[in-house]
Amino acid sequence: MGKMSVNLCGIELDNPIIPASGTFGFGYEFAELYDINILGTFSFKGTTKEARFGNPTPRIAECTAGMINAVGLQNPGVDKVIGVELPKLAKCFDKKVMANVSGFSVDEYVYTCEKIDKCDQVGWIEVNVSCPNVHGGGMSFGTSPEAAAEVTRAVKAVTTKPIIIKLSPNVTDIVSIAKACEAAGADGISLINTLLGMRIDLRTRKPIIANKMGGFSGAAIFPVAVRMVYQVAHAVDIPVVGMGGVSTAEDVIEMMLAGATAVQVGAANLVDPFACKKIIEALPAVMDKYGINSLEEIIKGVK
Amino acid sequence: MKDTLFTIKSNRLIAKNTSECVLVGDTSDISASGQFVNIKLDGFYLRRPISVCNVEGDELTLIYKVVGKGTEVMARTPVGESWLVLTGLGNGYDLGRSGNAPLLIGGGAGVPPMYLLCRKLAAEGKKCTVILGFGSKDEVFYEEEFKALGADVYVTTVDGSYGIKGFVTDAMDGIDYTHFYTCGPEPMLKVVYSKSTTGGSFSFEERMGCGFGACMGCSCKTITGYKRICKEGPVMQKEDILWEK
Repeated sequence: MGKMSVNLCGIELDNPIIPASGTFGFGYEFAELYDINILGTFSFKGTTKEARFGNPTPRIAECTAGMINAVGLQNPGVDKVIGVELPKLAKCFDKKVMANVSGFSVDEYVYTCEKIDKCDQVGWIEVNVSCPNVHGGGMSFGTSPEAAAEVTRAVKAVTTKPIIIKLSPNVTDIVSIAKACEAAGADGISLINTLLGMRIDLRTRKPIIANKMGGFSGAAIFPVAVRMVYQVAHAVDIPVVGMGGVSTAEDVIEMMLAGATAVQVGAANLVDPFACKKIIEALPAVMDKYGINSLEEIIKGVK
Repeated sequence: MKDTLFTIKSNRLIAKNTSECVLVGDTSDISASGQFVNIKLDGFYLRRPISVCNVEGDELTLIYKVVGKGTEVMARTPVGESWLVLTGLGNGYDLGRSGNAPLLIGGGAGVPPMYLLCRKLAAEGKKCTVILGFGSKDEVFYEEEFKALGADVYVTTVDGSYGIKGFVTDAMDGIDYTHFYTCGPEPMLKVVYSKSTTGGSFSFEERMGCGFGACMGCSCKTITGYKRICKEGPVMQKEDILWEK
């Protein structure tokens, strides 16, 4: 194993860097910019049973050190993801990819996960129970331990690959939800999804985003993410994938010290398409600076 | 697509709330008129997408409306400073559709991309007619620059303080054209769409996250499916446009 490699639910990653779902498409567009095989893996665009256009525009609002998005899970639907997107990805990515699945009922999660579980290219299935953008959608599953556990159990019953439940931070007690998912059979937890946010245009006095509210991400949310990763990683015995505002190699180390086995990078990819490449290239020097011989050794290393 | 440093050679106000900035850097990925660049500014999380006005050698000219905090910072940035600029974004205009007598219609902040388009069409020997629309006289820019390219130029102002009183569409009557290219505010594009008698190329604007197709922030519905304004656009063909949001 290399200095930067980590083991995520039984699959070794060359490094812990994973572009987050919704910021990296299905990978092949970034492959025009750099060899995406340098990544640990990446989490592909949130996939649902049916094709979705998502929310009306504007879908984006800028914030101090961050942004709000209300894309609304635009995706071509699971059949086209498997039939069109994954074959395109196969031409430029040799590693196992992390699938990302959303749904609006337990049956939809089951339907989509069962199909994706049969894809050899997929290493893990990340189940999004927390997308805050869709009315009456994923939000309700991620905000109650019972509902999150119900999705976890149902998905586990029809799949063989590791199931990572992606949690919403917009809850009163994230630890109880993480523990409920673990008890229901989850193989890992990823967090945090975006924080529900809103901006108002002073000239029009209307919300900037057509959907009024959206998911707040970017460097500004990093401390919230570190806190929640710390809380969850110290309460469960399954691996935790940390994300939320990670922008630098130092952020990656901090997230791993808090308890993350692997680290996702989201909004940073949208500001700098080379963000993950730069972080991976910077990691060895930052490890040296802080006397870190192996990244595996620092997971949950906070004193 | 490249992300490289550009150095500011000049940056000056050329009309009311309108700045022209000439940057020097690696322009090799800018392949068509109608494309845009995305500029990283210190202190702002997202980049500023700005349409390409002109490219000659390693010089890139941008003209932008000063409308918010980001463009205010851009307008204040002194000569000699540098910005990180993503270049080669968007599809751009297809010169092959022009026919012999193309009509170019730009409104306000939609005027700049018409310049490089006009220069390229003129270089191919096309007889260009250009309509430039502004709010009032103090907002008018680049009339002489378009004339210098050999184009027939009409200027409209909404308040009638300069040129033809009214909107760009009030100048379209009586002009014979083989194809039109247009960029401007959406209400203007809709009227051009209704009034036009040939095929046309429309350039659209939307709030963007990344500007290169990753975030799906600027998607729109078209006759042939969902498209990202930053990637499959910003230029869409008349026959592909769906106006409903």
